[in-house]
Amino acid sequence: MTYHVQINVMPLKDLLDPQGKAVMGGLVNLGIKSVNDIRIGKHITLEIEAESAEAAKQIAETTATKLLANPVMEFFEIEVVG
Amino acid sequence: MKFGVVVFPGSNCDHDMLDALQNDLNKEVRALWHKDKSLDGFTTEDCIVLPGGFSFGDYLRCGAIARFSPMMQSVIEFAAKGGKVLGVCNGFQILCESHLLPGVLTMNAHRQFVCKNNYLKTPGGEPLLIPVAHGDGRFQADEKTLDELEANNQVLFYYCDEQGNVVESANPNGAVRNIAGIRNKEGNVFGMMPHPERAVSATLGNEDGKKVFELLGLL
Repeated sequence: MTYHVQINVMPLKDLLDPQGKAVMGGLVNLGIKSVNDIRIGKHITLEIEAESAEAAKQIAETTATKLLANPVMEFFEIEVVG
Repeated sequence: MKFGVVVFPGSNCDHDMLDALQNDLNKEVRALWHKDKSLDGFTTEDCIVLPGGFSFGDYLRCGAIARFSPMMQSVIEFAAKGGKVLGVCNGFQILCESHLLPGVLTMNAHRQFVCKNNYLKTPGGEPLLIPVAHGDGRFQADEKTLDELEANNQVLFYYCDEQGNVVESANPNGAVRNIAGIRNKEGNVFGMMPHPERAVSATLGNEDGKKVFELLGLL
């Protein structure tokens, strides 16, 4: 069965995120002052052949741990969407 | 000591490295394509170099995809056997992604590509002027790792001023503790953001890079 899995990879909370800082400056220039902070990561979608949603999640975990995210600078969240 | 320089798709300092080693440092050197696997002819007395550039377009993270090239599996085995490995710039990023060195290189704090000469403080020596050229050179690691690196004398180079003072104003990218280059605990894997291969020719007016190769025991 085919499962669609989404992975969000984000920079660790205590690390400086230069991209987020740059976009924050853009928002200020746009006149939007109510946004306190922006952090930018990656949204990755996978199509996985697996026997169950749990198995699909396991495979996604492996891809995230081994390649898609680097735990020294990032954390990730996985969601099986169908 | 022979040298092998690994060429990845997107490497762009490979020819500088090959030329510097062969013509300025008079070393035997050959290029190694990333899709090959053989390190035949190399012994642990030799050195494999991962050059600078933008392997695989820096997609995902700098160095993350290169780490899975067939040649890198051989380089990881070579390093485990005690062979010398030097990574410069993108090569340093690949070594961190390969877990041959701790930490990671992240986007420069000021978000700009930096390309200039920068002084480096070396172990017990005079400051060396070495070119830097990178957008993702901000070394990061957790405090425990940083303390261990310094306690074990694994930090090879700190960004410094002309007098050798390790100060924030001499830090081109926001690297923690001004770290520009490190080695592994065993002392056979070296990674650095600055480019010593760009400073080995009298014709170009700066030979400080030769002292870097000397310091690493590669000459």
